[in-house]
Amino acid sequence: MELVLTEDQELLSKTAHDFVRQHSPLSRLRALRDAGDPVGFSPDLWKQMAELGWVGILVPEEYGGAGMGMADFVVVLEALGRTLAPEPFLSTVLLAGQLLAHAGSAAQKEASLPGLAAGERILTVAYQEARSRYDLQRVATKAERQGESWVLSGEKIQVLDGGAVEAFLVSARTAGEANDPNGITLFLVSRDTPGVSVTLQHRVDDRAAALVGLNGVKVSQAQVVGTVDGGYPMLSHVVDRATVGLCAEMLGGMSQIFEMTLEYLKTRVQFGTIIGTFQALKHRAAKLFMEIELARSTVMAAARAVDAGTADFTQLVCLAKARCSDAYVLAANEGVQMHGGIGMTDEHDAGFYLKRARAAEMTFGDASWHRQRWAQLQGY
Amino acid sequence: MVDLGQFRAETRQWLSDNAPVGVRGLTLAIGEGNWGGRRATYPNPNMKRWMEVMAARGWTAPEWPAQYSGGGLSKAEAKILREEMAALRLPEPLSGFGLTMIGPVLLQYGTEEQKREHIPKIVCGEIRWCQGYSEPGSGSDLASLQTKAVLHGDHYVINGQKVWTSYANYSDWMFMLVRTDPQAKKQEGITFILLDMTTPGVEAKPIKLISGSSPFCETFLTDVLVPAKNVISRVNDGWTVAKALLNHERTMIAAAFGGGGKKRTMRDWARDYVEFDGERLADDGLRQRIVQYEMDNLAFKLTADRSRDAAKAGRPPGPESSMFKIYGTELNQRRQELLLAITGPQALGWEGAGFTERELTLTRDWLRSRGNSIEGGTSEIQLNIIAKRVLGLPD
Ligand SMILES: Cc1cc2nc3c(=O)[nH]c(=O)nc-3n(C[C@H](O)[C@H](O)[C@H](O)COP(=O)(O)OP(=O)(O)OC[C@H]3O[C@@H](n4cnc5c(N)ncnc54)[C@H](O)[C@@H]3O)c2cc1C
Repeated sequence: MELVLTEDQELLSKTAHDFVRQHSPLSRLRALRDAGDPVGFSPDLWKQMAELGWVGILVPEEYGGAGMGMADFVVVLEALGRTLAPEPFLSTVLLAGQLLAHAGSAAQKEASLPGLAAGERILTVAYQEARSRYDLQRVATKAERQGESWVLSGEKIQVLDGGAVEAFLVSARTAGEANDPNGITLFLVSRDTPGVSVTLQHRVDDRAAALVGLNGVKVSQAQVVGTVDGGYPMLSHVVDRATVGLCAEMLGGMSQIFEMTLEYLKTRVQFGTIIGTFQALKHRAAKLFMEIELARSTVMAAARAVDAGTADFTQLVCLAKARCSDAYVLAANEGVQMHGGIGMTDEHDAGFYLKRARAAEMTFGDASWHRQRWAQLQGY
Repeated sequence: MVDLGQFRAETRQWLSDNAPVGVRGLTLAIGEGNWGGRRATYPNPNMKRWMEVMAARGWTAPEWPAQYSGGGLSKAEAKILREEMAALRLPEPLSGFGLTMIGPVLLQYGTEEQKREHIPKIVCGEIRWCQGYSEPGSGSDLASLQTKAVLHGDHYVINGQKVWTSYANYSDWMFMLVRTDPQAKKQEGITFILLDMTTPGVEAKPIKLISGSSPFCETFLTDVLVPAKNVISRVNDGWTVAKALLNHERTMIAAAFGGGGKKRTMRDWARDYVEFDGERLADDGLRQRIVQYEMDNLAFKLTADRSRDAAKAGRPPGPESSMFKIYGTELNQRRQELLLAITGPQALGWEGAGFTERELTLTRDWLRSRGNSIEGGTSEIQLNIIAKRVLGLPD
């Protein structure tokens, strides 16, 4: 496992950074927010990203994708994270796409993956509930057998890109108690199924999310993804992989806010001198630099472990998510602080990173949650 | 191209034929290795023999050129050698400032004659070196140093005082910085010169440390005569050499502490001293601290790997040795403090009854570790270097 970009990855990284600079400045997210856009991203740009091969990057070639690995994908996600591009990579590519690719039946893959890779189908996973926090097995939503069908009822929260998707992968309890990892089943539920209600949620980071109500929603056996009662291990595995992708986005975000802050330190004058000459600020900047360098190493290692399928994969996921969460929040907090008053204004971009850092931190488990998990994995 | 597979097989065979049985499995604490020199004492009678057989092949300095008695190995071969040594649990045959600091600098800046004179003696462990940089008034602000060297014929006459000179009292030679032009800007009047410690007028007095040991000295220099041919690089150009050497020093210090290697894990320590609720450490605060330390340690190790992989791929890292120096040494300090916390009152022993050897060592290692963020340039100075050279922040 070499922790260095290959020449192809260097090239991919450059293309992605150039694209982001040209087509996806932060002002785009700001405009979508100001317009109260219910979709929350730019469908046209999504199409372009699909044409570049990014949307289908992980999808196997037989289903129209590029069949590349996580070590390649993280390079793209990092670039997109620099300007907080709100396109549905997490929901459609990393969660739904990967779940279908790993657990879906041949028919499900055939029906979903080519359209997904082409940028035509937006899909997501509805896995969180009001009191589930970060525990994927804490599922109260019920699925009851009715002859050849299943009937779903419950409510899922903060379903990513819920306003734009055409179908959800829903985790529901088919057996066991509320916190039991056994007895969870995944269902592919089309948005227009009777009984499905979608209410947009406004989150602090301006990413599109929704409450999804399931009120006696009837689905067929063919809509079960994977095995009945066996959904948890698959979901957990895919969420771990998706976490690595999220970490790459976070790495891009923290790098960008850090560079903005550095730029400010080199230009802002107070007391007749550039504030970057003050050692109190210099040392904090140097420490932040180290934290980001360490975060980068963990993301690269975790992405390579995903591709290699090595045994320490989960441990490296915990490491990457804990470090990226802490480093991003620190970079954003310090960014606002070192910008002074201007950093607190909506007009300035710093606040967008502050908000996204928190939202990303609280997606797929925050730093302390992953540290607990690490200790458990290590046997203490 | 040498066949690496064959090289590995031959190396394995040679090591198992030649490494004295008494050194296998010998684990040496930090600072307890074999430092060589004319006044060497060996931690184990087989250690001397081990050093000699390795030195004869140049394998005390595997990557140095064979023409100066080094091993002449490529990076890949040297890596194989390290791996095979680790597999047989063999200790480093020789360590010290000669191998880690002055040797690399001589190879870069020395004349042919200087290399021929000094490098082979470093390789075979005949000469032990010390570092005469710091002075009572010049620590972090090293370039302000005052020890004076005045040219008389073909000798310099040196007067002044050095301080914190690690192991000056056991060393045969010192590489040092002296002021040769008091009029020039402070960085421009400094010369890097080599001094035989047996020269009349050199006196080294040990200083006792909080850990109880006295590894470093005050070194007094009174009318000391040093041949002008001992100058490395050019007169008044010593600062360039000094900085190159500091890079080696910081890398060495960071490498000594980061990563952890095959040390006992925190969990092993915790199992000995703290209650477990089944599989879970009962003390939650301690558990959190251990996790934090272990995760930071792994992140640091991965970063060191990344830097090495980038260098191998022909993308040399920037002036990042400062980052490794800060993070590596501070991690080691955290490790020591955490071990104290885990061990509890048993970590308070100084000597005598009621404490195991391991516990007593822990106490002293903890005290010694406070120096990690001071020696080789303090953490504050390293942060200044990162701010300036890596981040481009103004002075
Ligand atoms: C274990 C050990 C071994 C050593 N071995 C050797 C050796 O073999 N040879 C040798 O020559 N030297 C050796 N040293 C000396 C070491 O290099 C110096 O101690 C070190 O450079 C600091 O200098 P000082 O002790 O004079 O502290 P000072 O420079 O007086 O520093 C005091 C405090 O002020 C801070 N400070 C100073 N300047 C700044 C600044 N510009 N910005 C922010 N903070 C600042 C420092 O970080 C420190 O916290 C050794 C030191 C130790 C602890």
